[in-house]
Amino acid sequence: MDQFLQQLVNGLAIGGIYALVALGYTMVYGVLKLINFAHGDLFTIGAYLGMTLFVSLGLAGKVPAWAAVTLVAVMVMGLVALLGWLLERAAYRPLRSAGRLSAVVSALGASIFFQNAVMLIWGAKYYVYPETMRPDTILHLFGMGIPAIRIVIIAASVLLMLALYWFINRTRLGTAIRAAAIDQGAARLMGINVDRIIALVFLIGPGLGGVAGVMVGLTYGQISFDMGFSYGLKAFTAAILGGIGNIPGAMLGGMLLGLIETLGAAYLTMAWKDALSFLVLILILIIRPTGILGERVAEKL
Amino acid sequence: MFLELDNLHAGYGRVEVLHGVSLHVDEGEIVSILGANGAGKTTTLQTVSGLATWMSGAIRLRGEDIHRLPSHEIVTRGLAQSPEGRRVFGALTVLENLRLGAFTIRDRESAARTRDWIFELFPRLYERREQLAGTLSGGEQQMLAIARALMAQPRVLLLDEPSLGLAPLMVRAIFETVRKVNESGVTILIVEQNARAALRLASRGYVLELGRIVMEDSAANLLANPSVQQAYLGA
Repeated sequence: MDQFLQQLVNGLAIGGIYALVALGYTMVYGVLKLINFAHGDLFTIGAYLGMTLFVSLGLAGKVPAWAAVTLVAVMVMGLVALLGWLLERAAYRPLRSAGRLSAVVSALGASIFFQNAVMLIWGAKYYVYPETMRPDTILHLFGMGIPAIRIVIIAASVLLMLALYWFINRTRLGTAIRAAAIDQGAARLMGINVDRIIALVFLIGPGLGGVAGVMVGLTYGQISFDMGFSYGLKAFTAAILGGIGNIPGAMLGGMLLGLIETLGAAYLTMAWKDALSFLVLILILIIRPTGILGERVAEKL
Repeated sequence: MFLELDNLHAGYGRVEVLHGVSLHVDEGEIVSILGANGAGKTTTLQTVSGLATWMSGAIRLRGEDIHRLPSHEIVTRGLAQSPEGRRVFGALTVLENLRLGAFTIRDRESAARTRDWIFELFPRLYERREQLAGTLSGGEQQMLAIARALMAQPRVLLLDEPSLGLAPLMVRAIFETVRKVNESGVTILIVEQNARAALRLASRGYVLELGRIVMEDSAANLLANPSVQQAYLGA
């Protein structure tokens, strides 16, 4: 039982991270029908920026670790959001009328560019998040010790998702994002500036992805220039699992995938942890290609 | 002249569909464009709304050139469209669709007044306001498409095939509503396959053939014209 609860916390923590990254894939796919292959690399940049900001701001010891982490996370969110916005401007907008394949090639190019940029700036080695940045409080719950940081990460990812859900469903701009995802032409007829909606999506998705990068650094300590590939692939799987283009689907898919992977590793076999995730991807593609929450409403003509 | 198309050439990408269309709509009028499939009726409306590719010529709304403006700015200048095929947002509720129609209206009270008026015009939409638009019947979706365009408080409303695929009774109801909308002061340019119904509603009409205007007359004259009767009125 103790082990199960431990694994549950671990699964939800990684699941929340997958979900945050998956939201970036699914929102961009929603409005552009494009898989932003550079999204995983923006996540990587988030992880590196988090570390560098913490070190260069000299926060260690001066402010409580919690405050430092929050401050860094917010800054990373803003910076990576800006990078996402630039990415759309430079790599996707000029190709908007050129067909989808060109945009996909551009996405792959952007991914290689970002990965190499990280390698050039920080070097091709593994980095470890400074111990002073990782709050080491242990919570004793039900007789087990759970690192407080994992609970905080779960809470933070859930909070970010709730905020996004509220924004998408309850605000004027959020409704405009949903409209643009359904029918861009009709959205234009409503007086919606679809270019600005696309730019907004490229601010929100990468912003959340950047924070997820910091969360990985805080949870596992280690980051590397190519981490965006494996995490990106998992998050993409999560987005497909929930139904690509569907925002609640990405949240659900991320959490589910985190749990499946963690519980599978704990009770089945550690070595097959990644294989299990991709087995889920293959199964969902065979059994229900629209994902769990995909395409709930049939459009009538 | 309220809305004026002057020697308009337009199409999609590099393909030219309209080869010099000129027409005008005066304030308060209902004007109808007739034509066979592929004549360029929808392309004409799409070009006015900034969704098709403008090539040359001019589109003026109350004297201002609008053919180089992006779609969303055309809406803010008082021109809205209910597009062919309705294109309501199926996964959103009726209310959300209407709210999107009022996207350019910053004054909330004014938007609420428009919505009340629309619910008077279309009581059925009020009954179904919380329902997803995709679950409405074809006729209800058409009402929603028109209602959504009206939420933008347009001075000019473009209607593309509002009767397409609807039962005769529903067609009559829709056209009756269009007349009421016009009487409230909205200028209307309507494209229709159902030429008879459209000409009964309109004061004037244009006949479009292969991207060119081939005839222009009062609705009464067009209804009585033998060649129009043969080609478009099935008589």
